[in-house]
Amino acid sequence: MAGGNTVLHLPSGPTGLVGKLHPTVLFNICDSYIRRNDQQERVIGTLLGSVSADGTVDIRNSYAVPHNESSDQVAVDIDYHRTMFDLHQRVSPKEVIIGWYSTGAGVSGSDALIQEFYGRGEVTNPVHLTVDTSFADERTSIKAYVSTNLTLGDRQLAAQFHEIQLDLRMIEAERIGFDVLKKTMVDKLPNDLEGLEGTIERLHIMIETVFRYVDDVVEGRVAPDNTIGRYLADTMAAVPRVAPDAFDKLFNDGVQDVLLVLYLANLTRTQLTLAEKLNTAAQIV
Amino acid sequence: MADSTAPPVRSFAQAAATEETVVPLRVVQIDGLVVLKIVKHCKECMPALVTGQLLGLDIGSILEVTNCFPFPSRGGEEEDEVEADGANYQLEMMRCLREVNVDNNTVGWYQSTYMGSYQTVELIETFLNYQENIKRCVCIIYDPLRSSQGIVALKALRLTDAFMELYRTENFKGEKLREKNMTWTDIFEEIPVKISNSSLVSAVMTELETDAPATQCDFDRLVLSTNPFMEKNLEFLIECMDDLGMEQQKFQYYYRNLSRQQGQQQAWLQKRRAENMARRASGEEPLPEEDSNNPLFKPIPEPSRLDSYLITNQVNNYCNQINGFAAQSLSKIYLMDALHE
Repeated sequence: MAGGNTVLHLPSGPTGLVGKLHPTVLFNICDSYIRRNDQQERVIGTLLGSVSADGTVDIRNSYAVPHNESSDQVAVDIDYHRTMFDLHQRVSPKEVIIGWYSTGAGVSGSDALIQEFYGRGEVTNPVHLTVDTSFADERTSIKAYVSTNLTLGDRQLAAQFHEIQLDLRMIEAERIGFDVLKKTMVDKLPNDLEGLEGTIERLHIMIETVFRYVDDVVEGRVAPDNTIGRYLADTMAAVPRVAPDAFDKLFNDGVQDVLLVLYLANLTRTQLTLAEKLNTAAQIV
Repeated sequence: MADSTAPPVRSFAQAAATEETVVPLRVVQIDGLVVLKIVKHCKECMPALVTGQLLGLDIGSILEVTNCFPFPSRGGEEEDEVEADGANYQLEMMRCLREVNVDNNTVGWYQSTYMGSYQTVELIETFLNYQENIKRCVCIIYDPLRSSQGIVALKALRLTDAFMELYRTENFKGEKLREKNMTWTDIFEEIPVKISNSSLVSAVMTELETDAPATQCDFDRLVLSTNPFMEKNLEFLIECMDDLGMEQQKFQYYYRNLSRQQGQQQAWLQKRRAENMARRASGEEPLPEEDSNNPLFKPIPEPSRLDSYLITNQVNNYCNQINGFAAQSLSKIYLMDALHE
């Protein structure tokens, strides 16, 4: 099958497929790349997730698969791939194989073979995700492809890879906070108040920016932009209009509720400490 | 393993000997990957509580957690079967992970919790199970509900050595606890958590960070409707208080029984003494004052204080949560006020 190795990489517009990539997968890929064997150029692995009816591919999980690669052939550890998949299935049966990933930029010759291997399994059209870990042009490129086979009669000639649109689902990562995930070392997790403080600070800066912009427009320093104006008006409209009296009542009620609960909690804590003291005092008597 | 990296001059025995001088565990260093995996697993299985294993390395006073894998949730199958199955799963998973060069030392486990209600006897049992094989292990507790408030609710816990010793000897009598000077705060110890990321991950994340000034985390934090969370917290607190009251009643019952028994013993002794006096007067051998066969002298078992200790811990935990949360709510309300003006 000499023709099977050829890769026709024709730049084509986005296909109907959309890939949604969860950050866990990205972290996993980076980790497996760091832990690759000596002299191994790249790592490959299986992507797990689900495909919805409208063609959205949700890439939710992944695991690395050991493989061997020489100039014109690849050997993927199929047993390993099978066992790992079975193990993952037991935890989350909804996640099925949807494709595979490899590190490195773009598609290379042997990828067609791996693609074919994954295509023989549960999925008819596996997704191929590439993550460029070399930072060659000082930025990382994460791309996803699907392939179509070019056949002549029964003979398979080549696999054509189409790039698909890839959305990064960073919500989970954002929930934890980029501050935590971006740095190589975080000494302490922010607690309730510290986190809120940061958020309020950011909010403050944003309001400040808007203020400055509005002032500038009013004083004629910046040409007014209708779209921004509309956005601002919408934002203002989103704030519910509450009469001052009603707001005062709401505000006071809220504060009092919280204070009461706070008082209760502190009272309980004091009781606990007191009980503790009595317990130790009993020992002296 | 760790020993192979040691300089060759030191023999294995020496290395092992130096290991003996145990450095106390100070920091748990968790990989960003592990955090994400835990969050993913716990969130997906909500509201079921799930567990998983932590893999990593134990270096001096730092315990590095570099990977983890989830345990399948238990179905309604036979218990033995599930256990054997679980062990198989674990072994297989670790073998597989080793093949891709992941650290395969177990360093503990993680579990999700509902509003921080994790202080149970089961947790302690699991801890002791782990502790038998691994000297240093931690339990990472993740609270998905609290996390939806914009906090990373991750906690690393372990049992204190003193408590473990006491638990092994099953000694939870008031006397013994006082002797050891052990209070409810001494059961668990929280270890500070550090999060580390590889440079590669750090680079990728910096690249991918959105330019938007506000992130999901910020939105979560600014949500004003705090009541449901607060209510749940209070509800649990009240439940705990009820439990604590029950425990107290148990103790009261015990003490009442004890004092009644002592009274009866005294009465019996006096009767016996009077009898002896009479016997001595008539020249007969006195009866012994101790009678172990008498049901009056059978000691009443003292109820274990473990439960009340755990509940106290739990109550304290809820109070802390409420405190932190109330402070947050207050700031939010004042922020609202300022915005409104």
